[in-house]
Amino acid sequence: MCANHVNVEVTVPSDLGEARVLQSRIEDALVANTYTEHDIFAIKLAVEEALVNAMKHGNQLDPDKNVNVSYQITCERFDIRIADEGPGFNPGEVPDPTDPANIERPCGRGLLLIRGFMSDVQYHGRGNVVTMSKIRGEKPADDS
Amino acid sequence: MASQPPRRRRLEVEEIGDIAVVNFVDKKILDEQNIQMIGDDLNKLVDELGRRKVLLNFQNVDFMSSAALGKLIWLHKKLNDVQGKLVLCKIAKDILDVFKITKLDKVLKIVPDEQTGLQSF
Repeated sequence: MCANHVNVEVTVPSDLGEARVLQSRIEDALVANTYTEHDIFAIKLAVEEALVNAMKHGNQLDPDKNVNVSYQITCERFDIRIADEGPGFNPGEVPDPTDPANIERPCGRGLLLIRGFMSDVQYHGRGNVVTMSKIRGEKPADDS
Repeated sequence: MASQPPRRRRLEVEEIGDIAVVNFVDKKILDEQNIQMIGDDLNKLVDELGRRKVLLNFQNVDFMSSAALGKLIWLHKKLNDVQGKLVLCKIAKDILDVFKITKLDKVLKIVPDEQTGLQSF
């Protein structure tokens, strides 16, 4: 039964260990709300990619810079907002990692996976804030 | 000076003929330190042990992020450069979506099971 709605706001330091703790809390809350393994995988992956981007690329793992995270879980959907203190970036300028010229490059697939697994993804301000949503039961974009 | 504790094994390697069948010990391939160590072990397999046919079995893996993909591409290129071959097998449905979304399923050889993998070289 889905009845444990969650609304959380937390600020964590730029420490990937903290990201794991936060992900574990989110996973527990999704399980409590009877989300499927498939939805939980999708959300965990997108949150992992976005938190690593915020802490590593945004805040440069600077221990004096924090990441502010707020998320809501209902029976129907998961929503999260992640804000770092970095200079931001223009997601339109990130090279397409599926382009044959870039396909063998080792980096740059995080944003693609976030877009592929989540229902909606938007960047705000100077690009240091991302909001993502996952509608429960929705298939990934390239699920063929 | 205190000696460092022995490094935890990340991979199980079984030799079947001239094919190195590699199983991951960890269920999650996530943090950079872990991925770096996996990369080091795979590098040794090719450079020091001279393996040219590598079959990566993902049956133990239930979560993997984009950070691990870079190592797989690197290994694929490294083996190509020495006329070797990399094959991946037993990838869970959700992780297979990671390869499909990034279109790496078109670059890397992915087969359903180990037997098919052994016959792919």
